[in-house]
Amino acid sequence: MACTLIILATAPLWAGRSDLRFLSEVFLYLGLAYLWNVLAGYAGLVSVGQQAYVGFGGYLLFALAMNISITPIALLPVVGLAGMLIAVPIASLIFRLHGAYFAIGTWVIAEVFRLSAAQISSLGGGSGTSLPVSVVKSIAASRSDRESFSYWAALVVLLLIIGLMFLFLRSRTGLAMTAIRDNELAAESLGINIWRTKFMVYVITAGLTSMLGALIFMQKLRISPDAAFSVNDWTAFVIFIVVIGGIGTLEGPIIGTLLYFLLRETLADLGTAYLMILGATAILIMLLAPKGIWGLVNARFGIELFPMTRRVIFNKD
Amino acid sequence: MTELLQCCELSKSFGKVTVAHDIDLSIAEGEAVGIIGPNGAGKTSLFNLITGTLQPSSGSIRFQQRDITKLNSATRCRSGIARSFQIPQPFSAMSVYENVLVAATHGARLPAKEAEAQCINVLEKTGLLQRANVVAGSLTLLERKRLELTRALASNPKLLLLDEIAGGLTDKECQSLIETIHKIHATGVTLIWIEHIVHALMAVAQRLIVLDFGKVIADGEPAAVMASQVVQENYMGMAADA
Repeated sequence: MACTLIILATAPLWAGRSDLRFLSEVFLYLGLAYLWNVLAGYAGLVSVGQQAYVGFGGYLLFALAMNISITPIALLPVVGLAGMLIAVPIASLIFRLHGAYFAIGTWVIAEVFRLSAAQISSLGGGSGTSLPVSVVKSIAASRSDRESFSYWAALVVLLLIIGLMFLFLRSRTGLAMTAIRDNELAAESLGINIWRTKFMVYVITAGLTSMLGALIFMQKLRISPDAAFSVNDWTAFVIFIVVIGGIGTLEGPIIGTLLYFLLRETLADLGTAYLMILGATAILIMLLAPKGIWGLVNARFGIELFPMTRRVIFNKD
Repeated sequence: MTELLQCCELSKSFGKVTVAHDIDLSIAEGEAVGIIGPNGAGKTSLFNLITGTLQPSSGSIRFQQRDITKLNSATRCRSGIARSFQIPQPFSAMSVYENVLVAATHGARLPAKEAEAQCINVLEKTGLLQRANVVAGSLTLLERKRLELTRALASNPKLLLLDEIAGGLTDKECQSLIETIHKIHATGVTLIWIEHIVHALMAVAQRLIVLDFGKVIADGEPAAVMASQVVQENYMGMAADA
């Protein structure tokens, strides 16, 4: 694990530019997958509108960077906080909806975000805008330095997400959330405040998703409403990753991300056929292994990569 | 004796179906109350109303002199009302120990160390300690029923609602369950127990309530209630048909 980390952290020294970009993209998708997994897999909040926060994060970063002369990387925590803040009224609104209605509600919110972003003329309205050269230069003077910075930022945010998730799941609230995942009725009757737990999860994931969004568009250097609030890019593929990997597990998103990028890289030349193969893969896995690939492995071998189960240790006396 | 639970003119209906009809009920601290009644009489619905899983159409519920009618079931659990579900509701992917830990940390609101001790203590009491590290989804039906009881106990209840916990047990298992429940009652926990296995109920209950069509049709000393005409006609008649 430590070895992998060192290899990944030093990647800018040995990897080519395109590899670096590719790896950052993997990290960012893995981050999105983890967040959606907590939201849907643990807290049961099946959102198809997380692109709202990806786009919000991206747009906020652009707006701040263009108006305040601070390097965009330093703005990431601000974006995270703003994401959490805006999630509070949204959660209060859409938490009134349940099941499929909740999912539709999240999508509607994301569309409202997209249409609102298209109204902001100082950010290019419907056609979007690019980061001005001065801002791009403020990230780092040279292009290769800038790409290294973006790469490290993606790695750090991913590690932050995985670390937070691990700590969170081991905490009291994590226990509550795992219980909610397994059985909401029992969880509530054993003293867990379901609304509050879900609310917390929703707000925190919204903040982190906004940070990822900011990073994604900091790398792209260009943003437009259609790219920023794309349901395909930021939600559909993420759902694919989590569902085929194994929803409601910590290992699933990793497997799913690897499989997704493997398919994408090998099938990219096939055009639309690629999406059809992706869809067919999803259907096959859902039919044959409803708990995803990790669910299958876990059921057969009982392995846990992240030891989460709390145990009773028996004294031999 | 002090009143622990009071239901005042409690009613609940789903459209034309009434599951609780003006139920007036008062349970004193330390009582062991049995509830019987034919299928569909509203027994489990009464539990759902007391625990907050269902909201009443009208009427009120007081627990320890406090109106709890508007509280959700999580808050009611924390204030001391625990239940076991008739159809066991385990956290299937979590271990038995974690299942109980949920109740100790969130229901009883104990800090980590004490919660751990509490879990081991109740697991031992209900005989599930050896299965503590097993995934709850792999338990047998009987073990699942025990887990229901264990979890409920781990939340430190003042009032424990047991919903057909003896159903499907062999005589021997039933006997050991009765002993466990006796011990729980002896520690001062107030019990309300819904059960079809009347002899198990009679071994523990000091008071028997008969429900039918969402109404209390008899309430009193168990032997007297069982012998009463209303029970002989309504309940035993039904039971013979079934």
